[in-house]
Amino acid sequence: MAPLALLSVAGVLTCLQFGSQWIGLGQVIDIVSHVLREGSLESEQVGTTGVILMQVRLPRLMLGLLVGACLASVGVVLQALLRNPLADPYVLGVSSGAALGVALAILLGIGSTFLALSILPLCGFAGGLLSLAVVYRMALSYGRLPIHSLLLAGVILNSIFSALIMFITSIMEPNRSAGTMTWLMGTLTAPSYPALAILACYLLGGLFLLLKQARRLNILTLGEESARSLGIETEQVKRRVYLLSALITGAVVSVSGMIGFVGMVIPHAVRLMLGADHRLLLPASALVGGMYLMVADTLARTLLTPAEIPVGIITALAGGPFFIYLLVWRKDRFA
Amino acid sequence: MSLFPESYHAMTGSAVASRKAYEVRSLRFQYQPLSRSLDNWVVDGLTFDVEAGEILGIVGPNGSGKTSLLKLLAKVLRPHDGAMALFGRDLGAMPQVDVARTVAFVPQESPQVFSFTVMETVLMGRYPHHQGTRWSAGFGWESAEDLSIAEQALQYTDLTHLAGRSVMDLSGGERQRCMIARALAQEPQVLLLDEPTAFLDLQHQMEICAIVRRLKEERGLTVVLVSHDLNLASQYCDRILMLKAGALFRLGSPHEVIDADVLRAVYGCDVLIDRHPESGVPRVTMPQYRPTKNLGDCL
Repeated sequence: MAPLALLSVAGVLTCLQFGSQWIGLGQVIDIVSHVLREGSLESEQVGTTGVILMQVRLPRLMLGLLVGACLASVGVVLQALLRNPLADPYVLGVSSGAALGVALAILLGIGSTFLALSILPLCGFAGGLLSLAVVYRMALSYGRLPIHSLLLAGVILNSIFSALIMFITSIMEPNRSAGTMTWLMGTLTAPSYPALAILACYLLGGLFLLLKQARRLNILTLGEESARSLGIETEQVKRRVYLLSALITGAVVSVSGMIGFVGMVIPHAVRLMLGADHRLLLPASALVGGMYLMVADTLARTLLTPAEIPVGIITALAGGPFFIYLLVWRKDRFA
Repeated sequence: MSLFPESYHAMTGSAVASRKAYEVRSLRFQYQPLSRSLDNWVVDGLTFDVEAGEILGIVGPNGSGKTSLLKLLAKVLRPHDGAMALFGRDLGAMPQVDVARTVAFVPQESPQVFSFTVMETVLMGRYPHHQGTRWSAGFGWESAEDLSIAEQALQYTDLTHLAGRSVMDLSGGERQRCMIARALAQEPQVLLLDEPTAFLDLQHQMEICAIVRRLKEERGLTVVLVSHDLNLASQYCDRILMLKAGALFRLGSPHEVIDADVLRAVYGCDVLIDRHPESGVPRVTMPQYRPTKNLGDCL
């Protein structure tokens, strides 16, 4: 964990340099240390560069870290509960359910108030929970969750929900629907620091509660009957973890739209490096997922400067082929 | 350090040899919820005892309720009716974690999709002994005691050399032994095995049977195993419980249960029964194929 934490600090410093305007590492460190010392941006030395760095780039990087960490962690726990290494909130339709909830709220004008941050995640939570329940019911056959019915359920739900979302955006006022479309594709925008702090408390709290289930998640991968015979109240653990997953996904989708495949690619890679034990896998995936999304977002910001690509496109282009690789060449491992 | 607590060794002495591991009374179970009851009892009014320290084999045709009965004993399934006592305690009122400290259950199949190592899998058996602590929440690593108990379980099942291997890379026999080792790490007094030798070749079947026998003789463990293999049950079990359509048909020594009349009544076909050349227990052989009009009776 310590090397991973160091690596992510180094990653933040590196990514801070990139943007529409290159800011050298020396200057980045100067400004950051100045702000840490003085506690404010009011200074001659800092100037515009400082404002760009501290008010635009840093909060956005932080948001990327948070969102990536959450998506990867939710991927880890869904994979454990469904006993399927292909599970991912995006693939299973949880993200699109959450997006539908949020889009509905925007349409009805609930989201345009000052309280946006506290209400939209809840709408996302409701939508995400609904799709989790539907996918689970659809895929369940004779007490098992076969991989193909799980994926199929996700595909069906995704297409229904995206049709509904498209309908909702089509009846919005044009200026709002454009913004909604960009958000849907998966975009990170620099939040204000208070908003970031609220979001961080909410999400890190959720991740901590997930981490408390790490050992039970290990045992649940043996199957529910074995887990129960080992003294685990399986229904209670499952309910808690599903609820937390939907809460986290709902909040993440409400701020950053649908960013796909992070929850599948990252746990898989981390499992190869560190093994399957959730006590290590969960926090390590959170760190690696955060770094992954931060780097992907840096690419999204800089590849076509001054224009931006939605980061969801980059993660889908990277994750989609990986998903195909797993499904086609490694299916002996989980089919 | 011993795999089992001192108190347990004392208890298995002759003074308590007759103590009941399980007392099962009028047990009834079906898979449909009672509201939609169709009188489709999978386990239908069973009453029997399991003596402490014996190996009890549960046999019977497909769908006679063997596996369901085993899961009821493990409290993985809940009965609709009847009562069960585990060493004198009411099983229905025991918290799941208390049951797990006493009873270990090894299902027929344990498919694993994640690459846990053998050691990690065996250590999962320590969970019931740490319930409610920081350990069970996942914020602590295993103590030296846990590790040494797991190592002994691996030694017992001859898996020490595979401790660091991923369970996904094990053969069928190794995986079955790994699951038995996980059960032993629970330090149970009762071991429940569902078809422990299904899909295994001859050598691996003998290995598993030898482990079960040693557990009874050296550790005084009570073993309840479900098997399709009547010869295996006859050879390795102290008593056999024959189920027919969820009800008890016959319970007794292999000589009493593995009997041509009993098998005809339960399985609906005639078989040859002779004696095992070494131990003298009954041995079942399928008769030679004779193209008669009665062939259908046997299928």
